[in-house]
Amino acid sequence: MEISDMIKPENLVYGKPALLTDNVMHYCPGCSHGTVHKLIAEVIEDMGIQDKTIGISPVGCSVFAYNYIDIDWQEAAHGRAPALATATKRLCPDKYVFTYQGDGDLASIGTAEIIHACSRGENIVVIFINNGIYGMTGGQMAPTTLLGMKTSTTPYGRDAKLNGFPLKITEMLAALDGTAYISRQSVHTAAAARKAKNAIRKGFEYSSKGVGLSFIEIVSTCNSGWKLSPVEANKWMVEHMFAKYPVGDIKDVLK
Amino acid sequence: MAFKGTIVIDKQRCKGCSVCIENCPNKCISLSKGVNSKGYRYAELSSDGCIGCASCAIVCPDSVISVYRVKI
Amino acid sequence: MAEKILMKGNEAIAISAIRNGVDGYFGYPITPQSEVMETLMKEKPWETTGMVVLQAESELSSINMVYGGASCGKKVMTSSSSPGISLMCEGISYIAGAELPCVIVDVMRGGPGLGTIQPSQSDYSQAVKGGGHGDYHCIVIAPASAQDMYDFVDWGFELAFKYRNPVIILADGIIGQLMEKVELHPMKPRRTEEEVLRDAPWATLGKPAGRERNVITSLSLDANTQENFNRKLKAKYDDIRENEVKFSEYLTEDAEYLFVAFGCSSRICEAAVDILREEGIKAGLIRPITLFPFPEKEISRLAGQVKSIMSIELNLGQMVEDVRLAANGQCPVGFYGRQGGNIYTPEEIVEEFRKFNNLK
Repeated sequence: MEISDMIKPENLVYGKPALLTDNVMHYCPGCSHGTVHKLIAEVIEDMGIQDKTIGISPVGCSVFAYNYIDIDWQEAAHGRAPALATATKRLCPDKYVFTYQGDGDLASIGTAEIIHACSRGENIVVIFINNGIYGMTGGQMAPTTLLGMKTSTTPYGRDAKLNGFPLKITEMLAALDGTAYISRQSVHTAAAARKAKNAIRKGFEYSSKGVGLSFIEIVSTCNSGWKLSPVEANKWMVEHMFAKYPVGDIKDVLK
Repeated sequence: MAFKGTIVIDKQRCKGCSVCIENCPNKCISLSKGVNSKGYRYAELSSDGCIGCASCAIVCPDSVISVYRVKI
Repeated sequence: MAEKILMKGNEAIAISAIRNGVDGYFGYPITPQSEVMETLMKEKPWETTGMVVLQAESELSSINMVYGGASCGKKVMTSSSSPGISLMCEGISYIAGAELPCVIVDVMRGGPGLGTIQPSQSDYSQAVKGGGHGDYHCIVIAPASAQDMYDFVDWGFELAFKYRNPVIILADGIIGQLMEKVELHPMKPRRTEEEVLRDAPWATLGKPAGRERNVITSLSLDANTQENFNRKLKAKYDDIRENEVKFSEYLTEDAEYLFVAFGCSSRICEAAVDILREEGIKAGLIRPITLFPFPEKEISRLAGQVKSIMSIELNLGQMVEDVRLAANGQCPVGFYGRQGGNIYTPEEIVEEFRKFNNLK
């Protein structure tokens, strides 16, 4: 069969989800944000909940998430997305509400908001992108930066005496009674991305069951900040980030 | 059952990150010699080993790959 | 005959919120306004009107809950006192920048810093001039009674939705704590989702196929886009200045001397005017009810009529700057204030008035 004969709508098995807009993403080549955006769009599309979903975007590289996924969005101040999501879900309990936050946003300036949203058991989904660095502001140390990792504010590598230790906030949140489903995933391979999508879907499903907050961390790359090629960044993530941030489900109250 | 597949890449939107190349089980994607209008070398199908598994498209951060597959 | 109930100013805020169809209250305890949330929790409006009441972990969080709720087109509010409002200023700036309606009650106490829990009016500048970053204004309305506290909730939401702008009810510890009879108006039901979307088609309530997605944001990286937005805000603020100024006057018609005072101070000044009138001195009072927009035209007119103006405030002299701008040199403008929770008596004001005007 000729290639041209295969390229017909009935043979299409995978393509850009309809809920992703045609806007060209501003992210660097190979950035995990784009892949995670796509997975979220696919989940919303698969579940048929576009008209019931409200996203809260953060401050950081994904501040413009609202340009890419075709749903209603609120753009929060740095770290405050869980507070917006709390009110949105409580005022509109039949909607699906999720926040999309990076490690600087969620694990540093927004620790109070995320901890208390988890503690209250808000029925929202939190997608947490952990790439161990502040991407948009130019590669500064994040709470999740690994020891020894070089950033623009730890030019000689993160030193525990000077900068403290990497924050495993996901494990912290799993200890809170209000969280229902906590999972850590990645999107660097097709298999990993499929698992991440399943976790995101489970989070959305749980949020309508009234069982508490679902939190999906995606261990990600920031190849510009890490000063590696996208492919090398993925390898570095597997070798270094996974040791500190192992992937897999951490908590599931319905299991 | 065997499959034969192919991919269509929106080369103007491709940023040449090469994550798809790494993820192709049959190693049939490579970077172009030339560049697109943004100056990126873009991914292209370089051999006929494609089975339409969509691994490339799933990991593509810019969602520029469409995957077609037929049973043979 | 409408029902009249004896209640505190703070309680009036809470009862009014329930009776006026407010969708959500998000707050954090702080003296002297904690009765607002306490009353709401006691009344359990979620069982009657469906109103959401939530105690947040901080004022930062409560104002951002307001931001989220307002983004859904809902009638949402918070209340706090001075140090808490300082924490909220980030969120208020975002709300102003995203052009969202909401009501924020500030029951002022003395500062700076942790200051005192006694009444004060020392956050006039914070409320009227900004507080947060960027070129923006809140609409600021100043109650002087428990009835005002009750009435201003509904009026506040009316203004907030009319202009898509945050509204601050700038009260103080006296107005929050005093007990007065309050006339309750008929209940207003909460709006349905259809009614919310009619009032707020921009609300983020989920995007049906066939309409553009609604995005609530205050971000514009492009300089021209931001400048155009700032100019649009300016046009809105000018519109508010033109149409929403509200004040009350007491014996100003033949006045030769004028007091300017807002909130609790206006009530004390009224007594001072009475004392002076009994002595044959033609004093009068203007009480700005809206602090932004400020009744500058009326004060300017009166400045051309009187021999002098005194601004009487429980602070070191904040509103007096706006009074001077309005008077624009037409007559001398003086100031008298007390701080730290101390409150002037009418006699004290009369004495200061005599000093300022060189009267025996």
